[in-house]
Amino acid sequence: MKINELVNILEGRVVCGEQFLDREIEYGFASDLMSDVLTLDIDKLVLITGLNNLQTIRTAEMADIECIVFARNKRIHPSMVELAAEHQMVLVECRFSMFKAVARLSAAGLKPVY
Amino acid sequence: MTFKFEIEGGNFSKAGNASSAVKKILKQINVPPAIIKRLVVALYEGEVNVVAHARKGWIKVVIEPEEIFVNIEDEGPGIPNIELAMQEGYSTASQKVREMGFGAGMGLPNMKKNADLLNITSQVGKGTNVEIIIFLNQSHK
Repeated sequence: MKINELVNILEGRVVCGEQFLDREIEYGFASDLMSDVLTLDIDKLVLITGLNNLQTIRTAEMADIECIVFARNKRIHPSMVELAAEHQMVLVECRFSMFKAVARLSAAGLKPVY
Repeated sequence: MTFKFEIEGGNFSKAGNASSAVKKILKQINVPPAIIKRLVVALYEGEVNVVAHARKGWIKVVIEPEEIFVNIEDEGPGIPNIELAMQEGYSTASQKVREMGFGAGMGLPNMKKNADLLNITSQVGKGTNVEIIIFLNQSHK
């Protein structure tokens, strides 16, 4: 699915990367543990997390992840936006719990990594 | 080509700056993306470890035609039992480190997974030295 569709499904708010919403996303991974995210080796992945700090963006940069959804109504800080913009990432705020966000995306056809 | 970076222990706002700079350099010289990813993930785990555990540290990256060599050296508490530290799930990280999304005992095993060669030496009370080699021609592995 395109990121635009993902944003609609999650009733999310795009905070960074509006110009990249037509990118394709195929897989989803939900975690607050960045070391787990760093074990992944897959493209076209959206990270769903509740961890709203700079290391989430850094981790996504290292793992070549281009889209991050912040669930549980977590707010994205300006320093995160600045770093994400530098690396052309899409950041989305979502008021749903991680469980609900993942359930909706799974029902819409997003695939698990494993 | 040799590049050197300093790492500030405890400063999570800067954790990853060196790894990010290395990633940019490797992209510029057209290293294959799969190799870049393996190297920067291993390097980033190492950089986070220095920030999480040590007072300060240094990263040296040497890019040669056949391989990329990374040395991560720190002044810190050292690792009393490296074999134990290499086990997935073993961690001595603080609550602060865990709040940053790390400290689950995945760092060293993940570095091992991504490196072609990994060598760790440590002196308790002095510091830790990590050497990573990734071959650019994977048939040398």
